Amino acid sequence: MPTVRFARCLILAGLVVILGLPIPLIQAARPDLIKIDGSSTVYPLTEAVAEEFQKANRGKIRVTVGIAGSGGGFKKFCRGEIDIADASRPILKEEMALCQKNGINYYELPIAFDALTVAVSPKNTWVTSMTVEELKKIWEPAAQGKITKWNQIRSDWPDAQLALFGAGADSGTFDYFTDAVVGKPKSSRGDFTASEDDNVLVQGIEKNKNALGYLPFAYYAAQMKKLKAVAIAGKGEPVLPSAENVLKGTYQPLARPLFIYVSEQAAKRPEVNDFVEYYLTEGPKLIAEVRYIPLADKAYGMARERFKKGVVGTGFGGEPEVGLPVEEIMTRPPKQ
Amino acid sequence: MLRRRKLMEAMFKAVGLCSLALAVGTLGLLFGALVVEGLERIDWQFLTSFPSRHAAQAGILPALVGSTLIMLVTSVVGIPLGVAAAIYLEEYARRTWVTELIEVTVTNLAGVPSIIFGLLALGLFVYIVGLGASILTAGLTLALLILPVVIVTTREAIRAIPVQIREAAYALGATKWQTVSHHVVPYSAAGILTGVILALSRAIGETAPIVTIGALTFIAFLPPAPVTAQPPYISFEWLMSPFTVMPIQMFAWVSRPGEDFASNAAAAGLLLVVMTLVMNGLAIYVRYRMRKRVAW
Repeated sequence: MPTVRFARCLILAGLVVILGLPIPLIQAARPDLIKIDGSSTVYPLTEAVAEEFQKANRGKIRVTVGIAGSGGGFKKFCRGEIDIADASRPILKEEMALCQKNGINYYELPIAFDALTVAVSPKNTWVTSMTVEELKKIWEPAAQGKITKWNQIRSDWPDAQLALFGAGADSGTFDYFTDAVVGKPKSSRGDFTASEDDNVLVQGIEKNKNALGYLPFAYYAAQMKKLKAVAIAGKGEPVLPSAENVLKGTYQPLARPLFIYVSEQAAKRPEVNDFVEYYLTEGPKLIAEVRYIPLADKAYGMARERFKKGVVGTGFGGEPEVGLPVEEIMTRPPKQ
Repeated sequence: MLRRRKLMEAMFKAVGLCSLALAVGTLGLLFGALVVEGLERIDWQFLTSFPSRHAAQAGILPALVGSTLIMLVTSVVGIPLGVAAAIYLEEYARRTWVTELIEVTVTNLAGVPSIIFGLLALGLFVYIVGLGASILTAGLTLALLILPVVIVTTREAIRAIPVQIREAAYALGATKWQTVSHHVVPYSAAGILTGVILALSRAIGETAPIVTIGALTFIAFLPPAPVTAQPPYISFEWLMSPFTVMPIQMFAWVSRPGEDFASNAAAAGLLLVVMTLVMNGLAIYVRYRMRKRVAW
């Protein structure tokens, strides 16, 4: 009976696997593995750096990068499961407490800028700039169902339906935009097209003359023909999102720094130390290549110094803040 | 009266045909779009390269290997367990309220969203057993996921065997084990196989539970080889290796800024569909061979 023999083979194979289990459990994890997880916004940067770093080391050091999200990354980080956490926002109070409970100290290192871009369709002829006040009028929770036409924002704009596009509620982009515009994280009207996939937003905004939406700068930079960026007037003149304006500090309050958090324990391992050094020296070139905005040279210098001197902790104290220059974050006394 | 019935007949035929056309048409359209966008991207370089920030240099290799190895673990663990459980329930277990309860639970489990299995696996395999985010964890998770489907379809297949076959075997003095292993299992193998393949096809496309247990996105190395130069020559170290799978790689490409990665995503999708089709094709062939051998 061949089928019976087949069945016996299956049972045997199952036994072999079950008996084989204890063997790998005894073996320790490979020492040359660097584990990174966290924000999907930071992912393209870390991926680029990891790719080059592995090439430079001829595959002797292995790097893995996941996209669990900023929150998911911190959770793993503070449990000691990963060496580095990618984050599009600073560490929050409860995450600090979890890290402290597990005895994990960390370096908070800014690595690049993102400029949240408010965009309209290229077919839109009337909008070139907006003030933060106007954005707030559109996006605050009280606007839900009330602010539905363009001419409610400025009277000389057309009497046309306002079609809104924005980030999904789980993303760091949503947290930051609502914090910067409305004044409170996660406080937003609910009647807009939300997507975690920013390419969906690009398509939605491009096709609709009456659309208005916000997305990370890289998505705008990659599709400049399909979107028209709106200049944002924070305190002074309206400013367009660009690497230059972000570095000058004039694109406010929508420019945000991105971070990596490195565990102090892991940084003692030479390969993790090398990787972070590499990130802060070679990173800027790669960052421009993946269409993000590098920090000023001075800020990278400060970050390198902080890492070398072993200054652990966060410059934020568990509260989200908007519009802070990176240099100021780095000069604050860090908290654990 | 007769005309009305004929009209009903024609109407039902039309509705049926439309449903079929809609289902097949959608599938064809999707597949066609994938082929148009992705086919030219599939070449040797794509199949043998690691992920990269350059769309043209990026490849699918770790995801391809990851998916294949996880399917291997899933089949080796899930199929024997599922089939054995079904045989026990069908042939050995006495009908009591306990077996009734198990039966209802298993059927319900088949409909539980896969993310729930992911959460269970995160707690059980990753933290309590301490297997970490490894190929083994992923394989075991998906094995749990397919278990209910395998059990339900195996039971259906076993139930389809006429009771006379068993009675004849007992009449000739066969034990229960002999009856089951010589008759029941071989005769129902075709049906079991169909269920197994359906379950595996579902498992290979799963993303949610795999992400929950901690699959990665960027991974530029392969698990250690299963064959080594030193004794004992067989290594199970690959089971503990970090991994990524095809759907995750696809998602990572779809959500990148710009359009450069869109064709990569389409190519990965096409490959995934082809893998599923190959699995199904294999099952249909084996089932055909087995059906031919069964002679009552």
